[in-house]
Amino acid sequence: MSTVAQVTRLMPMPTGRVTQARVIVSEWTKLRSVRSTRYALATAVLATIGIAALACAIASHHYAQMSFRDRADFHPLEVNLAGVQLAQLAIGVLGVLVITAEYSTGMIRASFTAVPKRLPVLWAKAIVFGLTVLALMIPAVLLAFLVGESLFARHHINIPFSHPGVARAVIGAALYLTVVGLFGLGLGAIVRNTAGGIAAFAGIMFVLPPLMNVLPTNWNNAASPYLPLAAGESILSITPGNHLSPWVGLALFCGYAAAALAVAAVLLVRRDT
Amino acid sequence: MTALIEAQGLTKDYGDKRAVDGLTFTVQPGVVTGFLGPNGSGKSTTMRLILGLDGATAGDVTVNGKHYRDHAAPLHEVGALLEARSVHTGRSAFNHLLALAQTHGIPRRRVDELIDLVGLSEVAKKRAGQFSLGHGPTARDRSRVARGSAKSVMLDEPVNGLDPEGIHWIRHLLKNLASEGRTVFVSSHLMSEMALTADHLIVVGRGRLIADTTTQEFLQQASGNVVIVRSPQAEELRGHVMGPDVTVVALEPGLLEVQGLTAQQIGETAARHGVVLHELTPQQASLEEAFMDLTRDDVEFKTAAA
Repeated sequence: MSTVAQVTRLMPMPTGRVTQARVIVSEWTKLRSVRSTRYALATAVLATIGIAALACAIASHHYAQMSFRDRADFHPLEVNLAGVQLAQLAIGVLGVLVITAEYSTGMIRASFTAVPKRLPVLWAKAIVFGLTVLALMIPAVLLAFLVGESLFARHHINIPFSHPGVARAVIGAALYLTVVGLFGLGLGAIVRNTAGGIAAFAGIMFVLPPLMNVLPTNWNNAASPYLPLAAGESILSITPGNHLSPWVGLALFCGYAAAALAVAAVLLVRRDT
Repeated sequence: MTALIEAQGLTKDYGDKRAVDGLTFTVQPGVVTGFLGPNGSGKSTTMRLILGLDGATAGDVTVNGKHYRDHAAPLHEVGALLEARSVHTGRSAFNHLLALAQTHGIPRRRVDELIDLVGLSEVAKKRAGQFSLGHGPTARDRSRVARGSAKSVMLDEPVNGLDPEGIHWIRHLLKNLASEGRTVFVSSHLMSEMALTADHLIVVGRGRLIADTTTQEFLQQASGNVVIVRSPQAEELRGHVMGPDVTVVALEPGLLEVQGLTAQQIGETAARHGVVLHELTPQQASLEEAFMDLTRDDVEFKTAAA
Protein backbone atom coordinates (compact mmCIF):
# COMPACT_ATOMS: atom_id res chain seq x y z
CA MET A 1 0.00 0.00 0.00
CA SER A 2 2.42 2.61 -1.17
CA THR A 3 -0.27 5.29 -1.47
CA VAL A 4 -1.19 4.87 2.17
CA ALA A 5 2.40 5.18 3.21
CA GLN A 6 2.72 8.26 1.06
CA VAL A 7 -0.41 9.85 2.43
CA THR A 8 0.60 9.34 6.00
CA ARG A 9 4.08 10.61 5.30
CA LEU A 10 2.55 13.80 3.91
CA MET A 11 0.45 14.39 6.96
CA PRO A 12 2.70 16.66 9.00
CA MET A 13 2.00 19.97 7.36
CA PRO A 14 3.21 23.47 8.05
CA THR A 15 1.20 24.62 11.01
CA GLY A 16 -1.10 27.37 9.94
CA ARG A 17 -3.51 29.20 12.16
CA VAL A 18 -6.87 30.35 10.94
CA THR A 19 -6.79 34.12 10.46
CA GLN A 20 -9.36 36.55 9.10
CA ALA A 21 -7.05 37.31 6.17
CA ARG A 22 -6.77 33.63 5.28
CA VAL A 23 -10.51 33.17 5.47
CA ILE A 24 -10.88 36.12 3.10
CA VAL A 25 -8.55 34.43 0.59
CA SER A 26 -10.58 31.24 0.98
CA GLU A 27 -13.86 33.07 0.38
CA TRP A 28 -12.41 34.64 -2.76
CA THR A 29 -11.62 31.15 -4.03
CA LYS A 30 -15.17 30.06 -3.26
CA LEU A 31 -16.75 33.10 -4.90
CA ARG A 32 -14.78 32.89 -8.13
CA SER A 33 -15.10 29.12 -8.52
CA VAL A 34 -18.85 28.77 -9.05
CA ARG A 35 -20.77 29.69 -12.16
CA SER A 36 -23.60 31.54 -10.44
CA THR A 37 -21.12 34.29 -9.55
CA ARG A 38 -20.09 34.77 -13.15
CA TYR A 39 -23.64 34.68 -14.48
CA ALA A 40 -25.04 37.08 -11.91
CA LEU A 41 -22.19 39.58 -12.12
CA ALA A 42 -22.13 39.44 -15.92
CA THR A 43 -25.88 40.12 -15.89
CA ALA A 44 -25.39 43.07 -13.56
CA VAL A 45 -22.60 44.63 -15.62
CA LEU A 46 -24.22 44.01 -18.99
CA ALA A 47 -27.60 45.22 -17.77
CA THR A 48 -26.11 48.40 -16.34
CA ILE A 49 -24.36 49.28 -19.59
CA GLY A 50 -26.71 47.68 -22.12
CA ILE A 51 -29.96 49.01 -20.71
CA ALA A 52 -28.37 52.45 -20.37
CA ALA A 53 -27.38 52.40 -24.03
CA LEU A 54 -30.77 51.14 -25.14
CA ALA A 55 -32.78 53.49 -22.98
CA CYS A 56 -30.69 56.50 -23.93
CA ALA A 57 -30.89 55.64 -27.63
CA ILE A 58 -34.68 55.42 -27.45
CA ALA A 59 -35.00 58.56 -25.37
CA SER A 60 -32.77 60.64 -27.60
CA HIS A 61 -34.63 59.38 -30.64
CA HIS A 62 -37.99 60.41 -29.16
CA TYR A 63 -36.82 63.65 -27.63
CA ALA A 64 -37.77 65.68 -30.69
CA GLN A 65 -41.38 64.49 -30.48
CA MET A 66 -41.75 64.99 -26.75
CA SER A 67 -44.20 67.53 -25.37
CA PHE A 68 -42.73 70.42 -23.40
CA ARG A 69 -44.15 68.95 -20.29
CA ASP A 70 -42.42 65.61 -20.89
CA ARG A 71 -39.22 67.45 -21.65
CA ALA A 72 -39.49 69.29 -18.40
CA ASP A 73 -39.83 65.97 -16.56
CA PHE A 74 -37.11 64.34 -18.58
CA HIS A 75 -33.88 63.82 -16.77
CA PRO A 76 -31.04 62.23 -18.71
CA LEU A 77 -29.45 60.70 -15.63
CA GLU A 78 -32.56 58.71 -14.73
CA VAL A 79 -32.57 57.13 -18.17
CA ASN A 80 -28.85 56.61 -17.90
CA LEU A 81 -29.06 54.64 -14.68
CA ALA A 82 -32.09 52.57 -15.71
CA GLY A 83 -29.93 49.43 -15.89
CA VAL A 84 -29.36 49.62 -12.16
CA GLN A 85 -32.94 48.38 -11.74
CA LEU A 86 -32.04 45.01 -13.22
CA ALA A 87 -28.52 44.95 -11.82
CA GLN A 88 -29.84 45.26 -8.28
CA LEU A 89 -31.93 42.12 -8.71
CA ALA A 90 -28.98 40.11 -10.04
CA ILE A 91 -26.66 41.34 -7.30
CA GLY A 92 -29.17 40.92 -4.50
CA VAL A 93 -29.96 37.36 -5.56
CA LEU A 94 -26.25 36.56 -5.82
CA GLY A 95 -25.76 38.00 -2.34
CA VAL A 96 -28.39 35.58 -1.03
CA LEU A 97 -26.82 32.68 -2.94
CA VAL A 98 -23.31 33.35 -1.65
CA ILE A 99 -24.41 32.00 1.70
CA THR A 100 -27.52 29.88 1.01
CA ALA A 101 -25.75 27.75 -1.60
CA GLU A 102 -23.44 26.62 1.20
CA TYR A 103 -26.42 25.43 3.18
CA SER A 104 -28.21 23.75 0.27
CA THR A 105 -25.10 21.83 -0.78
CA GLY A 106 -23.85 21.06 2.72
CA MET A 107 -20.64 22.98 2.02
CA ILE A 108 -21.33 24.99 5.17
CA ARG A 109 -20.32 21.97 7.27
CA ALA A 110 -16.94 21.87 5.58
CA SER A 111 -16.60 25.64 5.97
CA PHE A 112 -17.45 25.59 9.66
CA THR A 113 -15.25 22.57 10.30
CA ALA A 114 -12.34 24.56 8.91
CA VAL A 115 -13.40 27.78 10.66
CA PRO A 116 -15.40 26.68 13.71
CA LYS A 117 -15.56 30.20 15.12
CA ARG A 118 -17.87 30.84 12.13
CA LEU A 119 -18.00 34.65 12.24
CA PRO A 120 -14.81 35.07 10.19
CA VAL A 121 -16.62 33.24 7.40
CA LEU A 122 -19.50 35.72 7.41
CA TRP A 123 -17.21 38.77 7.58
CA ALA A 124 -15.01 37.36 4.82
CA LYS A 125 -18.01 36.76 2.60
CA ALA A 126 -19.21 40.33 3.16
CA ILE A 127 -15.78 41.81 2.44
CA VAL A 128 -15.01 39.68 -0.61
CA PHE A 129 -18.46 39.97 -2.14
CA GLY A 130 -18.78 43.68 -1.36
CA LEU A 131 -15.41 44.56 -2.85
CA THR A 132 -16.04 42.41 -5.92
CA VAL A 133 -19.35 44.11 -6.63
CA LEU A 134 -17.85 47.55 -6.04
CA ALA A 135 -14.83 46.84 -8.25
CA LEU A 136 -17.05 45.73 -11.11
CA MET A 137 -19.89 48.20 -10.76
CA ILE A 138 -17.86 51.42 -10.55
CA PRO A 139 -16.49 50.96 -14.08
CA ALA A 140 -19.87 49.63 -15.21
CA VAL A 141 -21.83 52.71 -14.09
CA LEU A 142 -19.15 55.08 -15.44
CA LEU A 143 -19.25 53.32 -18.78
CA ALA A 144 -23.05 53.41 -18.77
CA PHE A 145 -22.91 57.13 -18.09
CA LEU A 146 -20.40 57.79 -20.88
CA VAL A 147 -22.35 55.73 -23.41
CA GLY A 148 -25.60 57.43 -22.51
CA GLU A 149 -24.14 60.90 -22.56
CA SER A 150 -22.51 60.40 -25.94
CA LEU A 151 -25.93 59.43 -27.31
CA PHE A 152 -27.61 62.42 -25.66
CA ALA A 153 -24.88 64.79 -26.82
CA ARG A 154 -26.21 64.63 -30.37
CA HIS A 155 -29.39 66.28 -29.12
CA HIS A 156 -27.57 68.52 -26.67
CA ILE A 157 -29.52 67.08 -23.80
CA ASN A 158 -26.50 65.56 -22.14
CA ILE A 159 -25.53 66.44 -18.65
CA PRO A 160 -21.84 66.79 -17.75
CA PHE A 161 -20.22 64.68 -15.05
CA SER A 162 -19.22 67.92 -13.32
CA HIS A 163 -22.86 69.00 -13.00
CA PRO A 164 -23.83 69.18 -9.32
CA GLY A 165 -24.92 65.75 -8.00
CA VAL A 166 -24.08 63.82 -11.15
CA ALA A 167 -20.79 62.34 -9.94
CA ARG A 168 -22.45 61.49 -6.62
CA ALA A 169 -25.38 59.77 -8.31
CA VAL A 170 -23.26 57.81 -10.78
CA ILE A 171 -20.68 56.61 -8.26
CA GLY A 172 -23.52 56.31 -5.75
CA ALA A 173 -25.19 53.78 -8.04
CA ALA A 174 -22.19 51.50 -7.60
CA LEU A 175 -22.21 52.04 -3.84
CA TYR A 176 -25.93 51.37 -3.75
CA LEU A 177 -25.53 48.09 -5.67
CA THR A 178 -22.77 47.02 -3.30
CA VAL A 179 -25.00 47.55 -0.29
CA VAL A 180 -27.85 45.73 -2.08
CA GLY A 181 -25.54 42.73 -2.34
CA LEU A 182 -24.65 42.91 1.35
CA PHE A 183 -28.31 43.23 2.30
CA GLY A 184 -29.02 40.07 0.26
CA LEU A 185 -26.11 38.31 1.96
CA GLY A 186 -27.44 39.24 5.40
CA LEU A 187 -30.96 38.07 4.59
CA GLY A 188 -29.61 34.85 3.07
CA ALA A 189 -27.58 34.17 6.19
CA ILE A 190 -30.63 34.66 8.37
CA VAL A 191 -32.98 32.51 6.28
CA ARG A 192 -30.34 29.90 5.22
CA ASN A 193 -32.46 28.78 2.30
CA THR A 194 -32.15 29.97 -1.29
CA ALA A 195 -35.83 30.27 -2.16
CA GLY A 196 -36.64 31.80 1.23
CA GLY A 197 -33.71 34.19 1.04
CA ILE A 198 -34.62 35.43 -2.42
CA ALA A 199 -38.26 35.79 -1.37
CA ALA A 200 -37.24 37.80 1.69
CA PHE A 201 -34.97 40.01 -0.39
CA ALA A 202 -37.47 40.63 -3.17
CA GLY A 203 -40.31 40.99 -0.69
CA ILE A 204 -38.61 43.64 1.42
CA MET A 205 -37.08 45.51 -1.49
CA PHE A 206 -39.74 45.38 -4.17
CA VAL A 207 -43.05 44.19 -2.72
CA LEU A 208 -43.14 46.21 0.47
CA PRO A 209 -43.13 49.65 -1.24
CA PRO A 210 -46.35 49.12 -3.29
CA LEU A 211 -47.94 47.42 -0.28
CA MET A 212 -47.56 50.72 1.56
CA ASN A 213 -50.43 52.03 -0.56
CA VAL A 214 -52.90 50.29 1.74
CA LEU A 215 -51.92 52.81 4.40
CA PRO A 216 -53.56 56.22 4.61
CA THR A 217 -51.76 58.57 2.22
CA ASN A 218 -50.13 60.73 4.86
CA TRP A 219 -48.77 57.66 6.70
CA ASN A 220 -47.58 56.19 3.45
CA ASN A 221 -45.84 59.42 2.48
CA ALA A 222 -44.23 59.68 5.89
CA ALA A 223 -43.00 56.08 6.04
CA SER A 224 -42.16 55.24 2.43
CA PRO A 225 -38.90 57.19 2.16
CA TYR A 226 -37.50 55.11 5.01
CA LEU A 227 -38.03 51.74 3.34
CA PRO A 228 -34.80 50.07 2.18
CA LEU A 229 -35.33 50.52 -1.55
CA ALA A 230 -36.38 54.17 -1.33
CA ALA A 231 -33.66 55.01 1.17
CA GLY A 232 -30.98 53.35 -0.93
CA GLU A 233 -32.12 54.81 -4.22
CA SER A 234 -32.11 58.34 -2.89
CA ILE A 235 -28.38 58.35 -3.65
CA LEU A 236 -29.29 58.04 -7.35
CA SER A 237 -31.68 60.93 -7.37
CA ILE A 238 -30.81 64.44 -8.49
CA THR A 239 -34.37 65.74 -8.64
CA PRO A 240 -36.41 66.81 -5.65
CA GLY A 241 -39.18 64.52 -4.43
CA ASN A 242 -40.45 62.54 -1.49
CA HIS A 243 -37.14 60.98 -0.59
CA LEU A 244 -34.37 61.39 1.93
CA SER A 245 -31.30 63.42 1.11
CA PRO A 246 -28.85 61.27 -0.87
CA TRP A 247 -26.26 60.46 1.76
CA VAL A 248 -28.74 60.15 4.60
CA GLY A 249 -30.72 57.71 2.49
CA LEU A 250 -27.67 55.64 1.62
CA ALA A 251 -26.55 55.67 5.24
CA LEU A 252 -29.96 54.37 6.29
CA PHE A 253 -29.78 51.66 3.65
CA CYS A 254 -26.32 50.74 4.94
CA GLY A 255 -27.97 50.52 8.35
CA TYR A 256 -30.49 48.00 7.03
CA ALA A 257 -27.72 45.88 5.55
CA ALA A 258 -25.66 46.14 8.72
CA ALA A 259 -28.68 45.16 10.83
CA ALA A 260 -29.33 42.12 8.62
CA LEU A 261 -25.68 41.08 8.91
CA ALA A 262 -25.70 41.64 12.67
CA VAL A 263 -28.79 39.48 13.17
CA ALA A 264 -27.21 36.88 10.87
CA ALA A 265 -24.01 36.96 12.96
CA VAL A 266 -25.86 36.37 16.21
CA LEU A 267 -27.84 33.49 14.71
CA LEU A 268 -24.78 32.05 12.98
CA VAL A 269 -22.97 31.53 16.25
CA ARG A 270 -25.99 30.16 18.08
CA ARG A 271 -27.63 27.83 15.63
CA ASP A 272 -26.81 24.24 14.82
CA THR A 273 -25.47 23.67 11.35
CA MET B 1 0.60 16.39 23.85
CA THR B 2 -1.49 13.30 23.44
CA ALA B 3 -4.44 13.54 21.13
CA LEU B 4 -7.64 12.64 22.89
CA ILE B 5 -11.30 13.08 22.29
CA GLU B 6 -13.11 13.27 25.61
CA ALA B 7 -16.86 13.40 26.09
CA GLN B 8 -18.42 14.08 29.48
CA GLY B 9 -22.14 13.50 29.89
CA LEU B 10 -22.63 14.65 26.32
CA THR B 11 -26.31 15.20 25.59
CA LYS B 12 -28.16 16.59 22.61
CA ASP B 13 -31.87 17.18 22.18
CA TYR B 14 -33.54 18.07 18.90
CA GLY B 15 -36.88 19.43 19.98
CA ASP B 16 -38.20 16.87 22.43
CA LYS B 17 -36.21 14.06 20.87
CA ARG B 18 -33.03 13.09 22.70
CA ALA B 19 -30.44 12.10 20.10
CA VAL B 20 -27.46 11.74 22.41
CA ASP B 21 -28.01 10.86 26.03
CA GLY B 22 -25.27 11.41 28.58
CA LEU B 23 -22.36 9.91 26.66
CA THR B 24 -19.09 9.74 28.53
CA PHE B 25 -16.09 8.24 26.77
CA THR B 26 -12.49 8.86 25.84
CA VAL B 27 -11.00 8.11 22.47
CA GLN B 28 -7.32 7.24 22.92
CA PRO B 29 -4.50 7.81 20.48
CA GLY B 30 -2.59 4.96 18.90
CA VAL B 31 -5.51 2.66 18.27
CA VAL B 32 -8.44 2.61 15.89
CA THR B 33 -11.56 3.26 17.95
CA GLY B 34 -14.79 2.09 16.39
CA PHE B 35 -17.99 3.97 17.13
CA LEU B 36 -20.61 1.32 16.70
CA GLY B 37 -24.36 1.51 16.81
CA PRO B 38 -27.47 0.98 14.72
CA ASN B 39 -28.52 3.73 12.33
CA GLY B 40 -30.14 6.55 14.25
CA SER B 41 -28.32 5.77 17.48
CA GLY B 42 -26.66 9.18 17.69
CA LYS B 43 -23.24 8.48 16.16
CA SER B 44 -23.37 11.22 13.58
CA THR B 45 -24.80 13.66 16.08
CA THR B 46 -21.97 12.89 18.49
CA MET B 47 -19.44 13.58 15.76
CA ARG B 48 -21.15 16.86 14.93
CA LEU B 49 -21.00 17.81 18.59
CA ILE B 50 -17.29 17.00 18.68
CA LEU B 51 -16.72 19.41 15.78
CA GLY B 52 -19.04 22.03 17.24
CA LEU B 53 -21.31 21.93 14.20
CA ASP B 54 -24.13 21.41 16.66
CA GLY B 55 -24.14 22.71 20.21
CA ALA B 56 -24.54 20.26 23.10
CA THR B 57 -27.70 20.53 25.20
CA ALA B 58 -25.72 19.37 28.22
CA GLY B 59 -22.31 17.96 28.94
CA ASP B 60 -19.11 18.72 27.15
CA VAL B 61 -16.71 17.36 24.60
CA THR B 62 -13.11 18.37 24.03
CA VAL B 63 -10.46 17.55 21.48
CA ASN B 64 -6.91 17.51 22.81
CA GLY B 65 -8.01 19.35 25.91
CA LYS B 66 -9.94 22.18 24.25
CA HIS B 67 -13.24 22.73 22.57
CA TYR B 68 -12.76 22.16 18.86
CA ARG B 69 -13.71 25.77 18.05
CA ASP B 70 -11.05 27.13 20.41
CA HIS B 71 -8.16 25.60 18.50
CA ALA B 72 -6.08 28.03 16.48
CA ALA B 73 -5.75 25.56 13.62
CA PRO B 74 -8.70 23.20 13.90
CA LEU B 75 -8.00 21.23 10.73
CA HIS B 76 -4.65 20.25 12.20
CA GLU B 77 -6.40 18.86 15.25
CA VAL B 78 -9.11 16.77 13.63
CA GLY B 79 -9.37 15.62 10.05
CA ALA B 80 -13.05 14.86 9.77
CA LEU B 81 -15.22 13.28 7.15
CA LEU B 82 -18.85 13.37 8.10
CA GLU B 83 -21.35 11.23 6.30
CA ALA B 84 -23.55 14.02 5.09
CA ARG B 85 -22.45 15.56 1.82
CA SER B 86 -20.56 18.77 2.28
CA VAL B 87 -19.30 19.70 -1.17
CA HIS B 88 -20.73 22.39 -3.43
CA THR B 89 -21.58 20.39 -6.54
CA GLY B 90 -20.85 23.33 -8.79
CA ARG B 91 -17.27 23.70 -7.59
CA SER B 92 -14.35 21.54 -8.67
CA ALA B 93 -12.66 19.23 -6.20
CA PHE B 94 -9.49 21.26 -6.60
CA ASN B 95 -11.17 24.55 -5.71
CA HIS B 96 -13.07 22.91 -2.87
CA LEU B 97 -9.89 21.66 -1.28
CA LEU B 98 -8.05 24.86 -2.08
CA ALA B 99 -10.67 26.99 -0.31
CA LEU B 100 -10.47 24.81 2.79
CA ALA B 101 -6.66 24.73 2.70
CA GLN B 102 -6.47 28.50 2.40
CA THR B 103 -8.24 29.01 5.71
CA HIS B 104 -5.15 27.49 7.34
CA GLY B 105 -2.60 29.00 5.00
CA ILE B 106 -1.85 25.62 3.47
CA PRO B 107 -0.18 26.28 0.10
CA ARG B 108 -1.77 25.48 -3.26
CA ARG B 109 1.15 23.17 -4.07
CA ARG B 110 0.04 20.89 -1.25
CA VAL B 111 -3.45 20.66 -2.66
CA ASP B 112 -1.98 19.61 -6.01
CA GLU B 113 0.19 16.98 -4.34
CA LEU B 114 -2.73 15.47 -2.49
CA ILE B 115 -4.93 15.38 -5.56
CA ASP B 116 -2.17 13.62 -7.47
CA LEU B 117 -1.67 11.22 -4.64
CA VAL B 118 -5.23 10.05 -4.47
CA GLY B 119 -5.43 9.68 -8.23
CA LEU B 120 -7.91 12.47 -8.79
CA SER B 121 -5.86 14.62 -11.15
CA GLU B 122 -8.05 13.87 -14.15
CA VAL B 123 -11.29 15.01 -12.60
CA ALA B 124 -10.06 17.49 -10.00
CA LYS B 125 -10.81 20.51 -12.16
CA LYS B 126 -14.26 19.35 -13.16
CA ARG B 127 -17.27 20.48 -11.22
CA ALA B 128 -17.80 18.00 -8.42
CA GLY B 129 -21.39 17.30 -9.44
CA GLN B 130 -20.10 15.93 -12.74
CA PHE B 131 -18.02 13.13 -11.26
CA SER B 132 -19.22 9.73 -12.34
CA LEU B 133 -21.12 7.80 -9.73
CA GLY B 134 -18.27 5.36 -9.40
CA HIS B 135 -15.88 8.18 -8.87
CA GLY B 136 -18.11 10.03 -6.46
CA PRO B 137 -17.76 8.55 -3.02
CA THR B 138 -14.31 7.17 -3.60
CA ALA B 139 -12.99 10.40 -4.89
CA ARG B 140 -14.61 12.45 -2.22
CA ASP B 141 -13.62 10.25 0.66
CA ARG B 142 -10.10 9.74 -0.45
CA SER B 143 -9.40 13.33 -1.11
CA ARG B 144 -10.81 14.43 2.17
CA VAL B 145 -9.16 11.74 4.22
CA ALA B 146 -5.90 12.56 2.60
CA ARG B 147 -6.44 16.23 3.26
CA GLY B 148 -6.00 15.73 6.94
CA SER B 149 -2.75 16.65 8.47
CA ALA B 150 -4.42 16.22 11.76
CA LYS B 151 -3.53 14.67 15.07
CA SER B 152 -6.92 13.01 15.12
CA VAL B 153 -8.95 11.55 12.31
CA MET B 154 -12.69 11.19 12.58
CA LEU B 155 -14.74 9.45 9.92
CA ASP B 156 -18.48 8.87 9.84
CA GLU B 157 -19.35 5.60 8.05
CA PRO B 158 -16.33 5.82 5.75
CA VAL B 159 -16.90 2.53 3.96
CA ASN B 160 -20.47 3.30 2.94
CA GLY B 161 -20.72 3.26 -0.81
CA LEU B 162 -17.11 2.32 -1.40
CA ASP B 163 -15.97 -0.46 -3.71
CA PRO B 164 -13.95 -3.31 -2.16
CA GLU B 165 -10.71 -1.69 -3.20
CA GLY B 166 -11.74 1.53 -1.51
CA ILE B 167 -12.74 -0.30 1.67
CA HIS B 168 -9.41 -2.05 1.75
CA TRP B 169 -7.64 1.26 1.24
CA ILE B 170 -9.54 2.92 4.08
CA ARG B 171 -8.88 0.07 6.54
CA HIS B 172 -5.23 0.18 5.77
CA LEU B 173 -5.10 3.93 6.07
CA LEU B 174 -6.82 3.90 9.46
CA LYS B 175 -4.44 1.32 10.88
CA ASN B 176 -1.50 3.25 9.55
CA LEU B 177 -2.70 6.48 11.09
CA ALA B 178 -3.25 4.80 14.44
CA SER B 179 0.15 3.16 14.38
CA GLU B 180 1.67 6.62 14.04
CA GLY B 181 0.08 7.55 17.35
CA ARG B 182 -2.87 9.47 15.97
CA THR B 183 -6.34 9.25 17.42
CA VAL B 184 -8.59 7.47 14.97
CA PHE B 185 -12.35 7.51 15.54
CA VAL B 186 -14.52 5.73 13.00
CA SER B 187 -18.24 5.17 13.10
CA SER B 188 -20.11 2.29 11.56
CA HIS B 189 -23.35 0.42 11.92
CA LEU B 190 -21.62 -2.73 10.65
CA MET B 191 -20.21 -4.94 13.37
CA SER B 192 -18.32 -7.05 10.84
CA GLU B 193 -16.56 -4.01 9.47
CA MET B 194 -15.58 -2.81 12.90
CA ALA B 195 -14.34 -6.28 13.88
CA LEU B 196 -11.83 -6.02 11.05
CA THR B 197 -10.77 -2.43 11.57
CA ALA B 198 -11.16 -1.35 15.16
CA ASP B 199 -9.06 -2.20 18.19
CA HIS B 200 -11.41 -0.59 20.63
CA LEU B 201 -15.16 -0.14 20.48
CA ILE B 202 -17.54 2.43 21.82
CA VAL B 203 -21.01 1.01 21.32
CA VAL B 204 -24.14 3.14 21.45
CA GLY B 205 -27.84 2.54 21.12
CA ARG B 206 -30.48 5.26 21.19
CA GLY B 207 -27.86 7.78 22.17
CA ARG B 208 -26.74 5.85 25.24
CA LEU B 209 -23.47 4.13 25.91
CA ILE B 210 -23.81 0.34 25.78
CA ALA B 211 -20.19 -0.75 25.87
CA ASP B 212 -16.71 0.78 25.96
CA THR B 213 -14.27 -2.06 25.60
CA THR B 214 -11.72 -3.75 23.37
CA THR B 215 -13.06 -5.28 20.20
CA GLN B 216 -11.86 -8.72 21.23
CA GLU B 217 -13.65 -8.59 24.55
CA PHE B 218 -16.80 -7.27 22.97
CA LEU B 219 -16.85 -10.07 20.43
CA GLN B 220 -16.43 -12.72 23.10
CA GLN B 221 -19.16 -11.28 25.22
CA ALA B 222 -21.45 -10.72 22.34
CA SER B 223 -21.19 -14.08 20.63
CA GLY B 224 -21.44 -16.28 23.75
CA ASN B 225 -20.37 -19.94 23.68
CA VAL B 226 -22.62 -22.24 21.75
CA VAL B 227 -21.30 -25.64 20.73
CA ILE B 228 -23.08 -28.27 18.69
CA VAL B 229 -22.28 -31.81 19.86
CA ARG B 230 -23.23 -35.02 18.03
CA SER B 231 -22.80 -38.21 19.98
CA PRO B 232 -24.40 -41.67 20.12
CA GLN B 233 -24.22 -41.26 23.93
CA ALA B 234 -25.82 -37.83 23.95
CA GLU B 235 -27.94 -38.40 27.02
CA GLU B 236 -24.95 -39.64 29.01
CA LEU B 237 -22.88 -36.63 27.94
CA ARG B 238 -25.66 -34.28 28.94
CA GLY B 239 -25.35 -35.53 32.54
CA HIS B 240 -21.58 -34.95 32.55
CA VAL B 241 -21.57 -31.40 31.18
CA MET B 242 -24.52 -30.01 33.11
CA GLY B 243 -23.56 -27.26 35.52
CA PRO B 244 -24.82 -24.01 36.97
CA ASP B 245 -24.00 -21.79 33.96
CA VAL B 246 -24.54 -24.42 31.33
CA THR B 247 -27.66 -24.99 29.32
CA VAL B 248 -28.09 -28.03 27.11
CA VAL B 249 -30.78 -28.38 24.51
CA ALA B 250 -31.41 -31.63 22.66
CA LEU B 251 -32.01 -30.57 19.10
CA GLU B 252 -32.78 -34.10 17.93
CA PRO B 253 -31.83 -37.54 19.19
CA GLY B 254 -28.03 -37.64 19.40
CA LEU B 255 -27.59 -33.90 18.79
CA LEU B 256 -27.03 -31.37 21.58
CA GLU B 257 -26.60 -27.63 21.66
CA VAL B 258 -24.45 -26.70 24.63
CA GLN B 259 -24.21 -23.12 25.81
CA GLY B 260 -21.76 -21.96 28.47
CA LEU B 261 -18.81 -24.25 27.73
CA THR B 262 -16.10 -24.14 25.10
CA ALA B 263 -15.64 -26.94 22.58
CA GLN B 264 -12.36 -27.74 24.34
CA GLN B 265 -14.04 -28.18 27.72
CA ILE B 266 -16.75 -30.40 26.27
CA GLY B 267 -14.22 -32.54 24.39
CA GLU B 268 -12.12 -33.05 27.52
CA THR B 269 -15.17 -33.94 29.61
CA ALA B 270 -16.24 -36.46 26.98
CA ALA B 271 -12.79 -38.04 26.88
CA ARG B 272 -12.68 -38.30 30.67
CA HIS B 273 -15.92 -40.24 30.67
CA GLY B 274 -15.22 -42.26 27.61
CA VAL B 275 -18.07 -40.72 25.62
CA VAL B 276 -17.77 -41.05 21.85
CA LEU B 277 -18.16 -37.83 19.89
CA HIS B 278 -19.06 -37.65 16.21
CA GLU B 279 -19.12 -33.90 15.97
CA LEU B 280 -18.01 -30.98 18.09
CA THR B 281 -18.66 -27.64 16.43
CA PRO B 282 -18.37 -24.23 18.06
CA GLN B 283 -21.12 -22.00 16.68
CA GLN B 284 -19.95 -18.48 16.23
CA ALA B 285 -23.13 -16.52 16.41
CA SER B 286 -22.84 -14.16 13.49
CA LEU B 287 -21.39 -10.86 14.51
CA GLU B 288 -24.35 -8.96 13.20
CA GLU B 289 -26.73 -11.17 15.17
CA ALA B 290 -24.73 -10.72 18.32
CA PHE B 291 -24.65 -7.02 17.81
CA MET B 292 -28.36 -6.90 17.18
CA ASP B 293 -28.95 -8.89 20.36
CA LEU B 294 -26.97 -6.37 22.30
CA THR B 295 -28.63 -3.34 20.91
CA ARG B 296 -32.10 -4.78 20.34
CA ASP B 297 -33.72 -2.92 23.17
CA ASP B 298 -32.07 0.23 22.03
CA VAL B 299 -33.19 0.22 18.44
CA GLU B 300 -35.97 2.65 18.13
CA PHE B 301 -39.07 1.49 16.36
CA LYS B 302 -39.19 3.74 13.38
CA THR B 303 -42.93 3.45 12.92
CA ALA B 304 -43.49 4.53 16.49
CA ALA B 305 -41.15 7.48 16.09
CA ALA B 306 -43.01 8.73 13.03
